[in-house]
Amino acid sequence: MTFRRSILPILTVVVALVVIWYGAAIKMNSTWTFDQAARAGTSPSLSEVIGDTMQQSRPLLPVPHQVVSELWKTTVEKKITSKRSLVYQGFITLKTTLWGFALGIVIGVGLAAIIVLSRIGRLSLMPWAIISQTIPIVALAPIIVILSNAAGAGTLLVPKAIIAAYLSFFPVMVSMVKGLSSPDHMQLDLLRTYGAGPRAVFWKLRVPASMPYFFASLKVSVAAAFVGAVVGELSTSAIAGLGARMLIGSQFGEPMIMWAALFAAAILAGLLIVTIGGLEQILRRAMGGRPV
Amino acid sequence: MKKPVIDVSGVDLTFPTNDGAVQALKNVDLQINKGDFVSFIGPSGCGKTTLLRCIAGLETPTDGQLTVNGLTPTEARKARSYGYVFQAAGLYPWRTIGGNVKLPLEIMRFSKEEQAKRVRKVLELVDLEGFEKKYPWQLSGGMQQRASIARALAFDADILLMDEPFGALDEIVRDHLNEQVLKLWARTEKTIAFVTHSIPEAVYLSTKIVVMSPRPGRITDIIESPLPKERPLEIRDSPEFIEIAHRVRDGLRAGHEG
Repeated sequence: MTFRRSILPILTVVVALVVIWYGAAIKMNSTWTFDQAARAGTSPSLSEVIGDTMQQSRPLLPVPHQVVSELWKTTVEKKITSKRSLVYQGFITLKTTLWGFALGIVIGVGLAAIIVLSRIGRLSLMPWAIISQTIPIVALAPIIVILSNAAGAGTLLVPKAIIAAYLSFFPVMVSMVKGLSSPDHMQLDLLRTYGAGPRAVFWKLRVPASMPYFFASLKVSVAAAFVGAVVGELSTSAIAGLGARMLIGSQFGEPMIMWAALFAAAILAGLLIVTIGGLEQILRRAMGGRPV
Repeated sequence: MKKPVIDVSGVDLTFPTNDGAVQALKNVDLQINKGDFVSFIGPSGCGKTTLLRCIAGLETPTDGQLTVNGLTPTEARKARSYGYVFQAAGLYPWRTIGGNVKLPLEIMRFSKEEQAKRVRKVLELVDLEGFEKKYPWQLSGGMQQRASIARALAFDADILLMDEPFGALDEIVRDHLNEQVLKLWARTEKTIAFVTHSIPEAVYLSTKIVVMSPRPGRITDIIESPLPKERPLEIRDSPEFIEIAHRVRDGLRAGHEG
């Protein structure tokens, strides 16, 4: 039942994508094969063409099994202390992501609390928070690097984490504003009948009531932090991290490196989201959530 | 003469709305004595809930005098003079039943031992022993409402204000809970003000029935019930009961025409 309902549809899409990918790779890479053949004055058969498109060292589009084998080589076979190891590079990106994520949560929750608790905060902060998200992060990244260097940050980790936080605070803030203001009139009146002060209302009612919203935002936010980390690596002329690997792959015409780094990034992002989802389940259960 | 616990005199309340001011309460006079069980009955819009909220200090009258235990409603609210039961149980889904009942006690800073003792006592009072560790979704609607009554009783205020607490429940559950509320009232000797739109419920429970009518919200009749304090469910078939119910119905109808 679970196979047919949840795994089969995903598998179908994956198979379809792989088929399309192979087709596209054969089509795109065959140009080079025909060029080579024309130069050598030979006319290869169809099976020779197809065979060749799958084993070029610098194809336009590497075929899936080439990417998988590159991934295997650079994760499992390579020592993780090597600069060419994607585990090593992934760890750097992960570190940036988690710092940015943590910073984003603190900023997002903090801003949301101010916005919900004070009218002035609501009127003054919300518009700025929204405007902040309309500025392209790529344009802002170099400025952040320069400013944090000027402030004596020393490493690239600080500006990269700030860039990641810049993207990840927003979903947390929006959800928390909604979550912290989710208690209805009756629930607020109930606490008034106990003579509860604003502090008790905040900690006993608003904060616990906002938790489902908080958890829902974490998945979006961790993904945003990850994107921010990779963009940070791409746009701060970093030399380490998955983003930097992608850039190196593209600059040195090494498509395999680029694609392997891309896949490593996708896998890492997936793992992050699954981990957050797992944490959410555990905490939801601890808060008396109804099992689904 | 004994001073009434709740003394309402000449209370007016006007709400400003987009279509001009709406008079929710007009010239309301009412005395509630210690140990009374008073029901407010009337059609929607007659201000019965608004009156209860004024007593609770959740709304402020635009005119007139209102005292609770000799204090203003706001002072009385801050002195934690009453427990309020809302139409919906409104239990926190993230707290157990025990945790929900404990909520007012935590806010009022009772000691841990005192909290545990009181939670046990009031859960027993509403027949929910053994449900302390359950979460609200594991209980039926009637049980949830009983838990919310326990929560209102936990800090032992002498006044219990109930706003259509059983309005959303089916009639069989409601009968059962009405019986329980009467037992509770007899055991704790609290003063209870109870809003309802059910005539049988009002007559069955009350020592005093306040009939109200809308536009503007006002009191049209106050009926002192001659029924004994001990009331089995069968009392509802007695001639006295039917006679009071009749008078309540007449009062409601008169208010409607007038």
